[in-house]
Amino acid sequence: MVDRADEVSSDPTSTDATTTDTTAGSVSPPGEPVLSVRDLVVEYRTGLGANDPVHQAVKGVSFDLYPGESIALIGESGCGKTTLGLGLLRLLPKLGSIPSGTVTYRNRDGSLVDVLGLNQQQLRRFRWSECAMVFQGAMNSFNPVLRIWDQMLDTIRAHDKSMSKSEAHDRCAEVLRDVDLDPDRVLKSYAHELSGGMRQRVLIAMSMLLRPQMLILDEPTTALDILTQRAIVDLIHELHERMDFAMIFVSHDLAVAAELATRVATMYDGKIVEMGDVRDIFYRPQHKYTQSLINAVPTVAEDLREVPSHG
Amino acid sequence: MTQIVDAGSADLKAPPPPEGKDAGAFKTFVRAMMRSRTGFIGFLVFAGMVLLCLIGPLFMPDTLPTDTSKIYGPASLGHPFGFDSEGRDVFVQLINGGRAVILVGFLAAVISTVIAVVFGALAAYLGGRVDSIIVAATDIVLTVPSIILLAVLAAFYRVGSAWSLAVILGVLGWPGLLRAVRAQVFSLKQREYIEAARLLDLGTGRIVIREILPNMASFILMNFVIGMTNAIYAMAGLYLLGLAPMQGDNWGIMINFAWTRGAIFFQGSLGYILAPVLAICIVQLSLVTMARSFEEILNPRLRHN
Amino acid sequence: MADETTPLLQLDGITQVFRTRRGDVRAVDNVSLNLGVGEVLCLVGQSGSGKSTSAKIASGLLKPTDGEVRFEGASIFGRGRSHSATFKGFRRAVQYVHQDPYASLNPIQDVFTTLSAPLRRHRLVKSRAEARERVSELLAQVGLTPAETFLPKFPHQMSGGQRQRVAVARALTLEPRLIIADEATSMLDVSIRIGLLSMLTKLRKDLGVGFLFITHDLAMAKYFGREGDIAVMHQGRIVEYGPTLEVISNPQDAYTQALLEAVPEPDPDLAKRKREIRLGVRSSSHRGTPAA
Repeated sequence: MVDRADEVSSDPTSTDATTTDTTAGSVSPPGEPVLSVRDLVVEYRTGLGANDPVHQAVKGVSFDLYPGESIALIGESGCGKTTLGLGLLRLLPKLGSIPSGTVTYRNRDGSLVDVLGLNQQQLRRFRWSECAMVFQGAMNSFNPVLRIWDQMLDTIRAHDKSMSKSEAHDRCAEVLRDVDLDPDRVLKSYAHELSGGMRQRVLIAMSMLLRPQMLILDEPTTALDILTQRAIVDLIHELHERMDFAMIFVSHDLAVAAELATRVATMYDGKIVEMGDVRDIFYRPQHKYTQSLINAVPTVAEDLREVPSHG
Repeated sequence: MTQIVDAGSADLKAPPPPEGKDAGAFKTFVRAMMRSRTGFIGFLVFAGMVLLCLIGPLFMPDTLPTDTSKIYGPASLGHPFGFDSEGRDVFVQLINGGRAVILVGFLAAVISTVIAVVFGALAAYLGGRVDSIIVAATDIVLTVPSIILLAVLAAFYRVGSAWSLAVILGVLGWPGLLRAVRAQVFSLKQREYIEAARLLDLGTGRIVIREILPNMASFILMNFVIGMTNAIYAMAGLYLLGLAPMQGDNWGIMINFAWTRGAIFFQGSLGYILAPVLAICIVQLSLVTMARSFEEILNPRLRHN
Repeated sequence: MADETTPLLQLDGITQVFRTRRGDVRAVDNVSLNLGVGEVLCLVGQSGSGKSTSAKIASGLLKPTDGEVRFEGASIFGRGRSHSATFKGFRRAVQYVHQDPYASLNPIQDVFTTLSAPLRRHRLVKSRAEARERVSELLAQVGLTPAETFLPKFPHQMSGGQRQRVAVARALTLEPRLIIADEATSMLDVSIRIGLLSMLTKLRKDLGVGFLFITHDLAMAKYFGREGDIAVMHQGRIVEYGPTLEVISNPQDAYTQALLEAVPEPDPDLAKRKREIRLGVRSSSHRGTPAA
């Protein structure tokens, strides 16, 4: 936490990472990064005692997230991808800690925020209004005894006390319509009255509520049926294209990464071993671990690739 | 362009899984005790009480001389709890009287635990008619007010010794535990590894004894300890009411005598009344804290609070 | 499927009705399936489609409300002494590999105990030494070598993939003729999945074990079942049933088509093209995009 954010831009890795394959049709990320992560280390103590061994789950990770980008963190269970996602927002469980590294966030007005240096109150404000998170397992993210309306209102009120009830209602209805839900019905419901896909949609809507610049999604489609998963993937893709936010999502499903990411970072044993444009990673992976991951995914479509698109 | 951040250094073997925390029943027991400080203290206190009550009597005189000059005598350094209605040292009686209490509680708990585990497991695993019969029998025993039944039994049969008291307490103490065991086996029965054992046709006996019960070892241990506290309470109650055999050394008998012989009217005989009550309280407290720490280990929801 | 030989396992008009407070639920509705010796049949569907219930019925763990399960031509859910003998033979011949490798092994038993118990129970080995030898053989078959290092391990000391291999070895102890794999790979990491599937394929070819492969993942079904049949289940019914490659390349049923279209593609260009087709937005600039 000694590093200052202005030193960050001089880091050689950041300039490297910005270079993308323009022939792929993707636009070179404009301007300054929304989020800069440098040498982030996350540790877990294995017990409550002072002498219990410490396990490093994230071993010095650096990357930049540019406006409008979508970075997929891929890797297998235990590689530290979820821990990294949680660490960025300091949502680690009790035994986790961040001993070193920096996470720098750039506000819309250009001012820099040292995320690791925020106090608890600033952090709470930061979490929903600047950077929102959608967790795996939609049911656990809801309070079972509150209606969706009450939970959404709570979220708004926690950040913006000036907003009137009717303004809040309008905003809630707006984000729910954005995720193709019927606000009149959903706002009145409890979480358990909604299907898994609907709950996931509500979570995504809630994350949009305060117009964050950045979204972190942890396994957003895991545990959903194929058809629901398809709908959620399409929804996230559409929202990302239409709205002004950058996202980082954690997934063990490479196919979802291929669908949603503009850049992909492969994690192995707590480190990012390869990072690049999505097409480079999928068609020309350099690191042998990335290669083995991609070769291991069977596909229904290998024969379909030859089939020309309708035209 | 693709950027390789770290080529080569990562070997492609999966990282080893973390060392697990579940092991045999004994290790679980020790770990459970170590992890919860109150549980560990409870365990130490109980172990100390047991040692004191089992070894202590070897150093105490078997028969205490009656000394009329010391009747209801107050506490002193050599006699920390004073003297009883016949001028005998209360401390010596306390040491001699603990063994029966702990052993009766232990024996009663063994009996009721064995009944509960055997029939609870059978009911849950076999289901159907066996289950219905066992559940019905449990409900019947559960509705009988046991302290009154004990009183009646004591009155009619003149319970001969502390041992028959233990048997009666044990035979009446199982219904609650049986229900708990039955519920636990029900849930274990649906685990996939039990389903696999059934598919391999391993046989009901083996599945229950080798696959299901060892997985509930700490659960049974916890309930055994709770069963012990229940038996000790019931015994103390029976002695206080004078419904149990008034022979030998026993904290229950001490309370009864102190009560019936009017120790509360004598200044300085506070130790006489309080000593056995306190001893029972300490044993019970140590047992309960032990059981509580088992529960903490078993119930993940309590673990992090 | 008109075979001259009797199929190994036959589900004939299976229906399963569950009684619930909200009324009867038809979890499985008139399902018929055939599986020959050493063949593979994939049963594909989403959660709640009835595929797991069908698997439970096929394994004999659940008695169907209606319909027959025949093993080598003999009904297994009948009554009488001859049927109980049939059932005993069936019980040993059909084994199951569960989804969750963390739940399917007894946490307090080491690998040797887990694998030797069925061998000793059915007197397939005479001594401990013989059991050790056979267990080592089984471990080698599932690719856990050297066996000595795995024999004393407890489930929590192994990775998910290793546990699942032990579960497969356990299913092999009684030399079954059919293994029902119920989402056996869905909880494993991608790189481990393929290894496990090719091991299962090898077992099928070397030992002639038939597989009923239950999955929600069409790509997995295609990978493992390309030489066999596939049955697509939806709301308790089989909506499409035929050779795997034919069904996947040319689905007839609307539901199968929807499923296939929904499968996410691990290929950015193809995913983009499919999305454009789906959304009806076809920009001419992307028409010629080559797929690498």
